[in-house]
Amino acid sequence: MSSSWNRQNCQNEDPEQHSAVKVLRRDLADAVVEVGSFRGEVTVVVSPERCIEALTLLRDDPDLAFNFLSDLTAVHWIDREDAPFEVVYNIFSIEKKVRFRVKTRVKDGVEVDTAYGVWRTADYLEREVYDMFGIRFAGHPDPRRILNPDDFEGHPLRKEFPVGGQVKW
Amino acid sequence: MAKQEIMTINMGPHHPSTHGVLRVILELDGEVVVNATPDIGYLHRGIEKLSEDKKYLQVLPLTDRLDYLASGSNNLAYILAVEKLLGIEVPRRAQYIRTIIAELSRIQSHLIWLATHAADIGAVTMLFYGMREREYILDIIEMTTGARLMPTYFRPGGVVNDIPDGFKARVKEFVDRFDVKVNEYERLLTKNRIWMARTKDVGYISGEDAIDLGLSGPSLRASGVDWDIRRDESYEVYDELDFEVPVLPEGDVYARYMVRMAEMRQSARMLRQLVDGLPEGPYIERSRKYVFPEKERVKDSMGAMIHHFKLVIDGLAPPEGEIYSTIEAPKGELGFYIVSDGSPKPYRLRIRPPSFVNLQSLLTMCKGGMLADVVAIIGSIDIVLGEIDR
Repeated sequence: MSSSWNRQNCQNEDPEQHSAVKVLRRDLADAVVEVGSFRGEVTVVVSPERCIEALTLLRDDPDLAFNFLSDLTAVHWIDREDAPFEVVYNIFSIEKKVRFRVKTRVKDGVEVDTAYGVWRTADYLEREVYDMFGIRFAGHPDPRRILNPDDFEGHPLRKEFPVGGQVKW
Repeated sequence: MAKQEIMTINMGPHHPSTHGVLRVILELDGEVVVNATPDIGYLHRGIEKLSEDKKYLQVLPLTDRLDYLASGSNNLAYILAVEKLLGIEVPRRAQYIRTIIAELSRIQSHLIWLATHAADIGAVTMLFYGMREREYILDIIEMTTGARLMPTYFRPGGVVNDIPDGFKARVKEFVDRFDVKVNEYERLLTKNRIWMARTKDVGYISGEDAIDLGLSGPSLRASGVDWDIRRDESYEVYDELDFEVPVLPEGDVYARYMVRMAEMRQSARMLRQLVDGLPEGPYIERSRKYVFPEKERVKDSMGAMIHHFKLVIDGLAPPEGEIYSTIEAPKGELGFYIVSDGSPKPYRLRIRPPSFVNLQSLLTMCKGGMLADVVAIIGSIDIVLGEIDR
């Protein structure tokens, strides 16, 4: 699957046919909450308790070998009452050249297990998610803010945070 | 026996070799680096937050200001993401023009890297040589887009205006000149004993460590990992071009230098093919509703004026969904993750900047090395703070 837009690869194929989805369904069927695809990109939502297990499986399965954490970020769905925060892992296999996306949904104030043990790339990326959204990662080796100053109040990428900032300069 | 003591010193944020406002807190045992903690955020402008309050076209100028040494690449990454979200197809001529601008941006970025990196280590002549050739590229970009550093030249569906007369000749002239000049740079540095002493076996990182730490781009390829998004997940017209991906196994500062030098030659080779193969045809598909009508027509055609007005006021509204789109930027994998809720503003726009993630490798490269090597290592990762802090 190519990452860029071209006519052939953007058909919404059946996401269940994706090799990573098949492996997750086979070995961790109870962790999978939802499977979807858009423009040829397949996304799997897993339960937060089993998230690290699922990511480790995706990394270690020899047919998948997702050895590269491309990106880790979050989305704040302010209207969703049950679990407004979505942590998004965009992963890539350098060997197989396949991209895949894993998501997990959590409530405000609930800790997510760190992915630092799966890919060390998660260090800065999780610090940024904490800085911007206030999502804490359990087991993170250095859980500090990264872009905003240490004495900054609030988490700017939350939807309730005003674009102009909370403090008048 | 003298007592061992760890000394903490600050490098930056106002140190010329940190290429912007990077502060590194160094812990030293004598002159040996024990720990290096980057402190970033001095240039944080909240581009991701601002984007949520802007329409898709209004976000475009912000992307120029990420990696300001290769604005064309940032524009391309963003526009490709928006096009994927909207499901837009692009005329062939526009794809060629975009690829030319992106490759010119890559050479420009690598030239600045080489100029400043060499100057940091003491080869000051290179600074002037690099800036001189970069000026040619800026002239070409200026004659095409009207701006030198922040072109904002691409649009969903094509490019904003056609290439001017004499563009092809100028690019060819540049490439011919550049091939000679790269040899000149290499004569200055590649076999230079001082250069080799400062860069060989310095700042080593293994391929496995580099992948685990998320290193991408030329720095990763200098650790023996053969991965280039242009070849492996081709976008625009890279699949039609004949080029090689330079890979070296050594993983030190010298290997990263050699990979980027080879990449500049490959980019020049691509530019030749692109200029020769540039097809005729439209540079943007005017008939589409997501493309602005020509400015002249807006003044005397009612339909064109309404069209223009609707696009400005309503903007482009992609369907609900999310996409992650990446390109091979000069510094590594540049990705845009956009979540759309069906409105004309992105619900969430995430920029995956290569420099930010690459900076994590700094400690692995520095640990156990000398203080003076930190300067060489920071230069060899090729960071831009505008992109790290966003």
